[in-house]
Amino acid sequence: MTDSKPTTGGVPIPVTPAGATSGAPAEFPPAAPAGRGMFGNQGTGDVSGFGGLVRPQRAVENAARPYGGYFDEVYDALEEAYPAFGEAIEQVVLDRGELTLHIRPERIAEVCQVMRDDPALRFELCASVSGVDYLGADERRLHVVYQLTSMTYRRQIRLEAAVSVEDPHLPSVTAVYPTADWQEREAYDMFGIVFDGHPALTRILMPDDWEGHPQRKDYPLGGVPVEYKGAEIPPPDKRRSYQ
Amino acid sequence: MTGSNYATERDTTEGRVFTVTGGDWDDVVSGVDPINEGRIVVNMGPQHPSTHGVLRLVLELEGETVREARSVVGYLHTGIEKNLEYRNWVQGSTFVTRMDYLAPIFNETAYSLAVEKLLGITDDVTERANTIRVLMMELNRISSHLVWLATTGMELGAISIMLYGFREREYILEIFELITGLRMNHAYVRPGGVAQDVPDEAIVKIRDFLKLMPKRLKEYEDLLSGQPIWLERTRNVAVLDVTACVSLGVTGPVLRSAGLAWDLRKTMPYCGYETYEFDVPTHTDGDVWGRYLVRLAEIRESLKLVEQALDRLRPGPVMVADKKIAWPAQLAIGVDGMGNSLEHVAKIMGQSMESLIHHFKLVTEGFRVPPGQVYVGIEAPRGELGVHAVSDGGTRPYRVHYREPSFVNLQALPAMAEGGLIADVIAGGASLDPVMGGCDR
Repeated sequence: MTDSKPTTGGVPIPVTPAGATSGAPAEFPPAAPAGRGMFGNQGTGDVSGFGGLVRPQRAVENAARPYGGYFDEVYDALEEAYPAFGEAIEQVVLDRGELTLHIRPERIAEVCQVMRDDPALRFELCASVSGVDYLGADERRLHVVYQLTSMTYRRQIRLEAAVSVEDPHLPSVTAVYPTADWQEREAYDMFGIVFDGHPALTRILMPDDWEGHPQRKDYPLGGVPVEYKGAEIPPPDKRRSYQ
Repeated sequence: MTGSNYATERDTTEGRVFTVTGGDWDDVVSGVDPINEGRIVVNMGPQHPSTHGVLRLVLELEGETVREARSVVGYLHTGIEKNLEYRNWVQGSTFVTRMDYLAPIFNETAYSLAVEKLLGITDDVTERANTIRVLMMELNRISSHLVWLATTGMELGAISIMLYGFREREYILEIFELITGLRMNHAYVRPGGVAQDVPDEAIVKIRDFLKLMPKRLKEYEDLLSGQPIWLERTRNVAVLDVTACVSLGVTGPVLRSAGLAWDLRKTMPYCGYETYEFDVPTHTDGDVWGRYLVRLAEIRESLKLVEQALDRLRPGPVMVADKKIAWPAQLAIGVDGMGNSLEHVAKIMGQSMESLIHHFKLVTEGFRVPPGQVYVGIEAPRGELGVHAVSDGGTRPYRVHYREPSFVNLQALPAMAEGGLIADVIAGGASLDPVMGGCDR
């Protein structure tokens, strides 16, 4: 027992809890890219050796034609109806029976307009707009994901547009889908994605004077360390945890 | 205006502001110059009893006519989506069930379906588990619609229907307690199946409920359907046609009351709904009255579904066979309540070290979900409940987004309320059936 360590009733207590140091917390973000180690601690705190494990990452792959089902029809119809198709589509991903069209962010409103109005597409309902922060996995880490539903043809398709934190701008689709209004406000509130042309892009779930965008992956959780018998339990993103 | 204990008045840069706390409408009216100040802005909520929780409505009034209405949400935001990112995939069930607290089974089922799709085990979910899910969801739909009927009745002045609606809902909550152990926040539907089997006494109780409920529905209709005040308050009130519904993203009974028979159970079936026989009730008026009729008819359809689900319940497992996903605990009722069965404890503690390791790993670490994203939409009592789930290959969700029907539908409130009377804001808002726990998440 050294003098530098606090004591409680003669029992030595580590200054910081195991796992809260040695690389686990701030050195890589909370919910770090999976596949690095097992417990989230990278340094001397890991005596198991499992911290050195690296699992291979599966890259997102461009799907090849034919996509199957109605996806080919939708793809062809969009190509026919939208003149700037070749430039607007970045990638086509087919995964788990769902088709995702990655769209250039500046083109998203135009694409939505065609998706809604073309008689062969008729995606009347924008079911959902949500943001995802791919920190560390993508340079343009903020993704906006649009779920479109065609009630006429009973089809579903996903559009995805990626922007960077430095320039988080893309056109709003509220003129095409008024239902996107609050959902875009939520994406702005939570991720700081700015939808140009939105009628009133303000915070919706967090208080008006809130700072930061809480669902970004690098948003500090803060949290209050819980003290228990002299030791402190750090906030969730600084705890040792399975990756 | 002077000396009132209830209403105070002060001048601001944006005009005079009255703080009104009740019983003093005359004071406010006498304090306003009717020629120069035709419009007043009234804050309804966030603690107003008829706003279904903490919803704030900012109404600009001209006399009793609403000129502009804006809804302010977020008062019940609890960061559930963010919290999910720090728990493993199975623990997520206990969080999502708390979103829309009137429809917990739907939140859990949508989440479980999304996780199962990510895992690629959708087809491995056993028939019994799917049947139990349908059974529970339809019971939950009835209880949710009953709360809608009860609260809407109360807000429009029909107090007795409030008592009756909550009485029958309590019956369903008792059934839920028998099956899941809890009245609300069940965490019963889990990725891979359901947490435990339905006990026999619950089947008996559900059968009793099926006998009782049609009579009670008749009572509700006798109370309300011919009632002149009810008709006055609901007919041609807060009208929204199909075009407005679709462009504003409004789904569920509100869309069906306008005439479009869009029900995900029929149009994009899940959990085997395509094998059940039921109708999708619609109406053409698109008003509060139509929504009332559609919801009552939906309760009847749900009763049909519950009966069919009961009839096709066959013995079998309620969780996927894959032991890398299925929760290892074999639950049983002991002397101190429900917990791991004694046989399971004896096995992991006394006989099989591997079982103990497996149990420990699956409970503390959880299973890994291959990277990717999915979207699953189901028909909740309020409309399309969608889950957008993203995995990065780890043991915890990377991102889960709920497309909450309460959140999306509330956008339609200005379209319903503007130009109408202030009393119809209550009727229109109630007919959307927003649950703020779900809206704000």
